[in-house]
Amino acid sequence: MAHAAFFVVAAIAVVAALGLVLRRNAIHGALFLVVNLGAIAVLYQTLGAEFLAWAQVIVYAGAIMVLFVFAIMVLIPGKEETGPDPRRAWRLLAFPAGALLFLQLIVVVRGARGGAGSGAPSVGGGVESIAGLLFTRYLFPFELTSVLLLAAMVGVLLLARRRV
Amino acid sequence: MVPESYYVGLSAILFTIGVVGVVIRRNPLVMFMSIELMLNAANLALVAFGRRVGNADGQAVVFFVMAVAAAEAAVGLAIIVAIFRLRRRLSVDDLSLMRW
Repeated sequence: MAHAAFFVVAAIAVVAALGLVLRRNAIHGALFLVVNLGAIAVLYQTLGAEFLAWAQVIVYAGAIMVLFVFAIMVLIPGKEETGPDPRRAWRLLAFPAGALLFLQLIVVVRGARGGAGSGAPSVGGGVESIAGLLFTRYLFPFELTSVLLLAAMVGVLLLARRRV
Repeated sequence: MVPESYYVGLSAILFTIGVVGVVIRRNPLVMFMSIELMLNAANLALVAFGRRVGNADGQAVVFFVMAVAAAEAAVGLAIIVAIFRLRRRLSVDDLSLMRW
């Protein structure tokens, strides 16, 4: 049962990712990416990471994708990526290169067995355990995150300002 | 219980699709979305490894990755909008100003 659910959600994630990459229309790609992010949120839930599942929905599917959709609507009138591609042959090299990368990833992952073993006790992924880590061991990176977001905010305001 | 290796395999598939997307697409917005796909694949692997090891540190790292991804998306989209104002076209092939 759990396996069947995993494979269904994984298939949805992979199909949505392929849709993002292969569809020409950018807004369709953005909607496919939302589906993919939702599927990954479901997978987080099955892994026991409840906090991350909801953070994924709120931060990615909520905030970041709205930003993307706005940018696409502002920048791209109708269809795009039409016309002949002058570097088509080079771009098609991406498929064998990608296959090679995938094989390499699989070899690395298969070689990395060992460690604590899969019989380790399941960890809680609720807000309590994450917050316990974030405010003790990872307190400094957590504060740095706030500085990073502030810097990003100031930088975006500077970039988006109209030149006078 | 589904073994962690399945999740890591799915993560490898999604990461590869993201890499291919960055290479074959000409639209910088779609390239950005492919980068988000890669970040998500890495996040999925982190959570899966975290469950295998048996602590929540992987999930804390994923939290930081999400924050960095949010900052990256905001700054990247602002840069794309600024370039579009300047050039009126949106294709990475035109952007060779900083090429050596």
